Amino acid sequence: MHPSEALNTKQPATGIHPARFLLMLMMVSVFMIFAAYTSAYIVRRNEGNWLEFTLPAGFLYTTLVIALSSATMQWAWLAARKDNLAQVRIALVATLVLGLAFLVGQWLMWNQLVSQRIFFAGTDANPSGSFLYVLTGVHGFHLITGLIFLAIVLRKSFHYQVHSRQMLSIGNVTIYWHFLGALWLYLYLFLLLNH
Amino acid sequence: MAANLPTQVQGGIGATQPGVQHDEHAHHDEHEHHEQGFLSKYVFSTDHKYIAKQFLITGIFWAIIGGTLSSLFRLQLGWPDATMEWLKPFLGKWIEAGKLNPEFYLALVTMHGTIMVFFVLTAGLSGTFSNFLIPLQIGARDMASGFMNMLSYWFFFASSVVMFSSLFIETGPAAAGWTIYPPLSALPQAISGSGAGQTLWLVSMALFIVSQLLGGVNYITTVINLRTQGMSMSKLPLTIWSFFLTAILGLLSFPVLFSAALLLIFDRSFGTSFFLSDIYIAGQALPNTGGSPILFQHLFWFLGHPEVYIVIMPAMGMVSEILATNARKPIFGYRAMIGSLLGISLLSFIVWAHHMFVTGMNPFLGSVFMFLTLIIAVPSAVKTFNWLATLWRGNIRFTTAMLFSIGFVSLFIAGGLTGIVLGNAALDIQMHNTYFVVAHFHLVMGSSAFFGLWAGVYHWFPKMFGRMMDEKLGYIHFWLTFIGVYLVFLPMHYVGIAGFPRRYYAWTGFDTFSQFADLNKFISIAAIIAFVGQFIFIFNFFYSIFRGRRATENPWNSTTLEWTTPVEPVHGNWPGAIPAVHRWPYDYSKPGAAEDFIPQTVPYSQTQSSNLPYEREME
Repeated sequence: MHPSEALNTKQPATGIHPARFLLMLMMVSVFMIFAAYTSAYIVRRNEGNWLEFTLPAGFLYTTLVIALSSATMQWAWLAARKDNLAQVRIALVATLVLGLAFLVGQWLMWNQLVSQRIFFAGTDANPSGSFLYVLTGVHGFHLITGLIFLAIVLRKSFHYQVHSRQMLSIGNVTIYWHFLGALWLYLYLFLLLNH
Repeated sequence: MAANLPTQVQGGIGATQPGVQHDEHAHHDEHEHHEQGFLSKYVFSTDHKYIAKQFLITGIFWAIIGGTLSSLFRLQLGWPDATMEWLKPFLGKWIEAGKLNPEFYLALVTMHGTIMVFFVLTAGLSGTFSNFLIPLQIGARDMASGFMNMLSYWFFFASSVVMFSSLFIETGPAAAGWTIYPPLSALPQAISGSGAGQTLWLVSMALFIVSQLLGGVNYITTVINLRTQGMSMSKLPLTIWSFFLTAILGLLSFPVLFSAALLLIFDRSFGTSFFLSDIYIAGQALPNTGGSPILFQHLFWFLGHPEVYIVIMPAMGMVSEILATNARKPIFGYRAMIGSLLGISLLSFIVWAHHMFVTGMNPFLGSVFMFLTLIIAVPSAVKTFNWLATLWRGNIRFTTAMLFSIGFVSLFIAGGLTGIVLGNAALDIQMHNTYFVVAHFHLVMGSSAFFGLWAGVYHWFPKMFGRMMDEKLGYIHFWLTFIGVYLVFLPMHYVGIAGFPRRYYAWTGFDTFSQFADLNKFISIAAIIAFVGQFIFIFNFFYSIFRGRRATENPWNSTTLEWTTPVEPVHGNWPGAIPAVHRWPYDYSKPGAAEDFIPQTVPYSQTQSSNLPYEREME
């Protein structure tokens, strides 16, 4: 951990900045939402009347896109630590673009699901499809919050508020972004294994 | 225990900027003293003490509403044949030809449960005391994020506005029970309350969950990160331990309720079938197939069971503190108290299906949940034993707060015993959905948590408002409530064993139950008297805010840090440096000490006459 991220050493604390600690707790609660959905998914599936369908292959590409965005995010963080501000901005913009690309990709997957006649709701819908929309949709919503956070940090980087002595915000957004990526990876593997 | 005591003492922390802990570059303008405007001081305050009062007063408002609703349905249950025409000006079209509308009866029950469990005993109880006591008792200037704390209250307020407005809409408030089981809660055709009322209920609860999470993450972060010098986790008052673990339970369980609520919203408004399948209503088949109503129960009770501990644990913590202070004795088994809180917290997540023994679950699974449920009796018994052992041969001062704390222990025992009955699957199948269950949880969690709330208000009122509450009125309030609660809920067990089902509008159609009509009338009379008695408390509370006897800095001769702050509260809690902590919070009646209490701020070097052998090293 970088010194600017650490607390005043006099505090008998974890040494983690409270803002970061708050973020981590928020991530725990976000994870609990998905823990609930994925366990509900399994419980429901085991009750039968469960429509089997093949997961659109394109989810692999969106997975690769979000993995790549985690790499650019990490690049931004490393560049900030080295005070390479130009690279920070490039990497943050790249992450933002990849994040948007991921969302667009998920949207295309939804379209493809509809063309496969897998619906979210209505008389033809089965919970197996509805669950897929809920999992991707709620994850997408959190990804949007991540994009907003990214945009804020990007703005800060243009105001010279992100550098090696001010790593808190970029550190936080990096953690959150990796979390969102890992969450998607979990959901993707979960869906692959449980279809 | 205190081997790692820091060498630097007084003033070490206060030497840094008030608010400390922040990276100077990141937040330079926080906590600087500046003139506050009216809005930022009295409305959108970020001061934890003020936010606590906002939670408390909103909680009191809700408690009056919740109590009023219960009086209304107790009137119906006690006098099913009497005319209710006189309530017409108040209830309007819900009185039809002198009778209470049966669907509105269900709405009353639903809203009573929702309001009491969530708005009073969750937000009103931990919202008030976690906010008020965490920074004061751990020695912090404020919460980790005052802004998020402020948001937490205003989300609660928004949630309250939505829930309150649902009481007045044409189709009536939600009426599917506080557990909102689908399909009843999903189908407006089934009951009018499942229309707009249920929508508002879900919106309100979504806001409420956001409020709880914003508050909860703040409580946890503050306890972990902002403790003053010397305040190790093993020197925390038990109040803080209980608030801390309560917040963790909320953090893990409320998101799950959110998940369930979202799926229910999709089922209600978007045409999905998560919880709906093969339903015929009014002769018509619904298109939904493939849903599972049992799935909702699993999701709901995964929150619902930890929720009852979210309600009771803050009360347990405060009672531990008040019992020790007023028995003038150290709490018996401090570490066992923490251990049992941890045990209860852990177990609370793996027992939810004991609410679902009658859902046709695999009996083997049922016995696993039964086994885990009964294990909760162990940490509960440890706590009860320790409370009684704390009282044993204590130098007891019967303050109002102390009476309510002892009352809490009594109710917790009385209600806990029937929990052992209900935890057994074989017995629960018989008792399920009868008044026995109602009596059980009203004693063990409803009334107990209320007693903890009252104890906390009476005890910390001097710190909140700088004045004392009236003791005589407090005694009257206590005895009326204590006797009232038993008179209501003891007979209710009997009614439950006789087989009375919950949520029935009237039993006049069943001859079997006619012999119990008098008993129901008796319960109703006791409940209404006990409810009316609460206005003594409300008068005492508001009167004392303005006219109460002035409090001294430490009126109960207590050891914890909040009593070292000035009577007139200041922004940042301590005008000077935050005091450092040297000892655990329960040094009451220590042999050899000059007084019968030694505050946490007194170093061992000043108490040589009372130091124990291992403490001499720390002098």
